[in-house]
Amino acid sequence: MSTESNALPLTGLRAPARETRQGSAPDPEQVIRRAEQLRQGLTGNFRDEAVSSIYVEAEKISRRAVRHTGDRRRFDLDQRIDRIVTSPIFGLPLMLGILAVVFWLTIAGANVPSAMIASGFFWFEDRAAALFDAAGVPWWITGFIWHGVYRGLAWVVSVMLPPMAIFFPLFTILEDLGYLPRVAFNLDFLFRRAGAHGKQALTMAMGFGCNAAGIIATRVIDSPRERLVAILTNNFVPCNGRFPTLIMVATIFVGAAFPPVVASLAAAGAVVGVVILGVGFTLLMSWMLSRTVLRGEASAFTLELPPYRRPGITRILYTSLIDRTLFVLWRAMLTAAPAGAVIWLLGNITVNGTSLATHSANALAPLGHAIGLDGVILLAYVIAIPANEIVVPTMLMVYMGGPMMTEIDSLAELRTLLVDQNGWTMLTAVNLMLFALLHNPCATTILTIYKETLSVKWAAVGALMPLAVAFLVTFLTASIWRLFI
Amino acid sequence: MTSHNCETCPAHAQLEQMGLKVDRFDRVIALAGNPNTGKSTLFNALTGLKQHTGNWPGKTVTRAEGGFEFNGKKYKLVDLPGTYSLLSASQDEEIARDFLLFGSPDCTIVVADATALERNLNLVLQVLEITGKVVLAVNLMDEARRKGIEVDVRTLARDLGVPAVPVVARTGEGLSALLAAVEGVISGETTTDPKRSEGTAEFNAAIAELVPLIEATAPGVPNARWIAIRLLDGDARVERALRTGELAALVTRQQGPDDRFSRKIALQGAQ
Repeated sequence: MSTESNALPLTGLRAPARETRQGSAPDPEQVIRRAEQLRQGLTGNFRDEAVSSIYVEAEKISRRAVRHTGDRRRFDLDQRIDRIVTSPIFGLPLMLGILAVVFWLTIAGANVPSAMIASGFFWFEDRAAALFDAAGVPWWITGFIWHGVYRGLAWVVSVMLPPMAIFFPLFTILEDLGYLPRVAFNLDFLFRRAGAHGKQALTMAMGFGCNAAGIIATRVIDSPRERLVAILTNNFVPCNGRFPTLIMVATIFVGAAFPPVVASLAAAGAVVGVVILGVGFTLLMSWMLSRTVLRGEASAFTLELPPYRRPGITRILYTSLIDRTLFVLWRAMLTAAPAGAVIWLLGNITVNGTSLATHSANALAPLGHAIGLDGVILLAYVIAIPANEIVVPTMLMVYMGGPMMTEIDSLAELRTLLVDQNGWTMLTAVNLMLFALLHNPCATTILTIYKETLSVKWAAVGALMPLAVAFLVTFLTASIWRLFI
Repeated sequence: MTSHNCETCPAHAQLEQMGLKVDRFDRVIALAGNPNTGKSTLFNALTGLKQHTGNWPGKTVTRAEGGFEFNGKKYKLVDLPGTYSLLSASQDEEIARDFLLFGSPDCTIVVADATALERNLNLVLQVLEITGKVVLAVNLMDEARRKGIEVDVRTLARDLGVPAVPVVARTGEGLSALLAAVEGVISGETTTDPKRSEGTAEFNAAIAELVPLIEATAPGVPNARWIAIRLLDGDARVERALRTGELAALVTRQQGPDDRFSRKIALQGAQ
């Protein structure tokens, strides 16, 4: 290729190029200006030409290399399934149905193993503590280790492990099957109307696993505005760290209000209701952000519906049990051990005859009462900022802490503890579920928002906006409830 | 993982998965391709790692790195987020593009979905514009067979000017042939003649003038030709990168590990 024979209309400007080849580095501005000049000298729209030439070439090559032989039945089957799964009429109900089945299996299946693990762990706690006492170890060491750190760990494992070991494999099967893009497809029109990106449905789905993961997943969204909307609202779907709270409250309050036969169904229904509410808040807040600080229209995108694939059993088990269950459990245990220690200390260090835990719970009580909760629940949320997983255990440990040692082997006893000894009502249960759904993200998620946006401002918004929403909503429900009941 | 199909791959014994041991390596291989074509599955099959896979486009949003040994050489394998083109703006696609452009991999494996070859070839052709050190892995051959789609990889290789190897990443079928092809391209035993679009004479002249200018402004940039095309096109991001010196920084950054996430992600499989 000879440049000399293709005289450019801008030949006068060639001198600087020669100079730079011999001597000092040229100024970037100069290079960019030169590129602009050269662009004007080109005839036709070379970009369009380049793109279309690639398309033409791809088609040509693929036509030569690919041959279709008869059998298209499988393809048709995929399409037939898709016509139902993504149909405007059946799509959403089917999705909710699948969700309900997943939660029902989780709740119904986790009850018994949870109780068994708990009683096993607490039996061991008693024996170990007794052994320490017999060996003459000072009471406060025994208490700190066994009734503090160990009990925190035991609670986390027994409350979280069984539901996770059921929920995650089910979720992973849906993921491997190829159902998630269909969910995004079904929800796209809602997100578009909220001024958000359709792929936000995908990142939201990841948020059900872990909000931090959902926030990293927003990288698939091109537009910075829509990506920010997706990041800031991801917290409104409950992550698996918050599901145990929801499941527990749903089981002992909603489930217990129904006959035993349908109790777990009703509980699953309540969790599905909370999830729908979470999606509703995601859309509402996305809409509000898109109308105010992050003004803009939704951009178009293409979403590929991949073929359905048969999930691999070993991969499902590995991903869901090792990657997800054990990973989450390990993280929860890492935070639960120090939290257990903190709670034990708060419960056993006394000032003026009252424990620090009681002092702090009392201080938080007016605020807790205003939003239909109590001081202990708020204290649990403060202690559980590092990880939402430990809210329930923290709460229970504070309730049971101090000199009064209650043992809880069954959910019925748990209900007794909460309702009879600590004055919980249906309002407490409802508002706890709302608060668990809406409140600020955990520390890891806030840190992830900062890493993804590199902005302290947006990380603060991401933390405080949900908190404000949580207080506002629970305050409203509490006020309305008290007005009428 | 023990699922490698040994009748079809006599060289299998030479593949040793090395997981996260990528400290000392002889060669760097990039894994590129459209979303949801099985890049992470291939990555896992080669390295023995358990990078999270899932049947939806956009699963991988960061670079993950792992190692394997083949025929006595140590390889570092970099799994990139899926991308439909090298021009788009979303961050996951930018991660893929930046590594292909500035990471200077010794060879790039472009993973293509055998059941949707035409769409996948758009990206293959774009990668070929950047580098000729490419091996095409035609993945999901089992799915294609089930759907009655036959892919003639010989014709494909001839038309593209780079080796094309049929594989089934899920079962390990064809992996050794793939690695042998990669080895051939790196050693120069296999000469590639990448298919490139022939621009107009004035376009080529403009590129020829810009390339040395860019090379002088940002020394060490591996893909001055691509940058020249982008500048001609008026790509604001590339202009900014050139202005701020980010281009040079990109080169150093891409050649180091993506230490923000990759190790953690590869370890935990969680994203």
